[in-house]
Amino acid sequence: MVPLNWYLMLSTVVFMIGVFGFLTRRNIIIMFMSVELMLNAVNISLVSFSHYLQDMRGQILVFFIITVAAAEAAIGLAIIIALFRNKTTAHVDEMNEMKG
Amino acid sequence: MPIAMPDLRPVMPEIIMTVLALSILMADLLIKRKETVAFLSIISVGVVAYALAGSMGTTFNGMFVSDGYSMFFKLIFILNVILTVLISVKYIVIERVNFGEYYSLILFSTLGMMIMASAGDLIVLYLGLELMALSTYILAGFIRYDIKSNEAAMKYFLLGAFASAFLLYGTSMIYGLTGTTDLKAISAYIVKNGLASNPILMLSMILFAVAFSFKIAAVPFHMWAPDAYEGAPTSITAFMSVGPKAAGFAVLGRVFMIAFGTVKIEWAGILIPIAILTMGVGNIVALSQTNIKRMLAYSSIAHAGYMLLGIIAGTGEGMSSVLNYMLIYAFMNIGAFAVVIMLRSEGFKGDSISDYEGLAKTHPMAAALMLVFMFSLTGIPPTAGFMGKFYVFMSAIHAGYTWLVIIAVIFSAISAYFYLRIVMYMYMKEPKEAVQLTTSPAIGLALAITVTAVLFIGILPSIFVNFARAAVAGF
Repeated sequence: MVPLNWYLMLSTVVFMIGVFGFLTRRNIIIMFMSVELMLNAVNISLVSFSHYLQDMRGQILVFFIITVAAAEAAIGLAIIIALFRNKTTAHVDEMNEMKG
Repeated sequence: MPIAMPDLRPVMPEIIMTVLALSILMADLLIKRKETVAFLSIISVGVVAYALAGSMGTTFNGMFVSDGYSMFFKLIFILNVILTVLISVKYIVIERVNFGEYYSLILFSTLGMMIMASAGDLIVLYLGLELMALSTYILAGFIRYDIKSNEAAMKYFLLGAFASAFLLYGTSMIYGLTGTTDLKAISAYIVKNGLASNPILMLSMILFAVAFSFKIAAVPFHMWAPDAYEGAPTSITAFMSVGPKAAGFAVLGRVFMIAFGTVKIEWAGILIPIAILTMGVGNIVALSQTNIKRMLAYSSIAHAGYMLLGIIAGTGEGMSSVLNYMLIYAFMNIGAFAVVIMLRSEGFKGDSISDYEGLAKTHPMAAALMLVFMFSLTGIPPTAGFMGKFYVFMSAIHAGYTWLVIIAVIFSAISAYFYLRIVMYMYMKEPKEAVQLTTSPAIGLALAITVTAVLFIGILPSIFVNFARAAVAGF
């Protein structure tokens, strides 16, 4: 059996990849993917804790996170499409209508 | 296994709100006049307010708590909806986005806030937070053809999603550490096992502080706020600057005071630098703004900093002063945005500070109202803003943070420059072009409510202060 620590390490690494991806990449879609990666890292750690503690709460929360992430994806992509129609770019550095 | 029916009385306001928000979404298909939909949504929150009265209690195994604290916040949210709808009716016609789903989205967002205020469990907290946030992202981008509005929604969305990932990571750490997500059980576990200086607990508190700082727009997690506030429709800016902020404070207070109440010294150490930075950056960057919505965004960042002092105080007095401040802030901020909205007319943006030049000569009434709101935001007696600040600072002094209050007062003095600059523009400059005001009975009513409340609370604060004290009594 794989020890709990390994899952937690995996979860931390995936979360960190998500954070760095979000902070360094400038394409909206990739940034959005990085956020999804962060959410899934949380799911890994919740499921492993849930199994380790023999408690269902963690897995219940995972189902909620997956559901909310789906809704979030729908809204996020809709916003990106609305933006793309007005300004044909998916690059955050070109989004500079407002400054101050 | 028989499943007992949970006690639904404490969640009745939320159930009613869900049903009414869905029916308004449906009714929108049949009703051609969108003003009727606006009127129906005000009636709906009125019904919810009525249902609030009999909803004291705890249900779903302590996952959902309806107490004085949550009730006070819910009243602020309901007030926020009423005022926002009143100032929206004419404005969204001018912006050519007069769609009915605008109102149901406001109701859904408020439903999320209500769930957040009542959350006794981190799972419920997360769900409420996402319901609020997802609805607000759409509202921020509601002017679909306007690139600024798209951009505001996009920035708000990306950073909001980023912040909720932090919240979840904190939740998962706490879950792994304590084996529960129930706020009271977390607190009990921390006491029982003496986890006061546990590094994992510390890390998860930091993650929670980061996530909630995003929601209340505290520095250094405020980057989205100026852009989102400037680009969003002005009525939604007013809505966002009060509702999600109040909900953020509701969960911040509940999580830190209940779940982490026994390790107060640790989290006060995290929140104090955030509060100082928030007041500093909010007030100083606001000095150089030329767009009034952007200036009010920085001002709302600074106000979050003052309110954090009440949380840092960590006492019942501190919490009640935060509730009181939030209520006052709702009145004065939406009032100020109502004046900003009046300046918007067909073909005229009216969101530049220079548009206020000589307003007192052309429209003395609007200028006088703006004067009251600007005085109140600065914190000059006899307006409510002074009373709000007074009680927050008092509670921080009583908790032994005198030095922090001195910093806050210095920054508050700096804030006088940019608030009173608007007053100076209105009263001491000549009008350069005739500004056309867009008035309607609805916005007039909103202004009457806000200005009366600002002056009334400023002169007789004790009613609301006692109400806020009673609200946190059972906390």
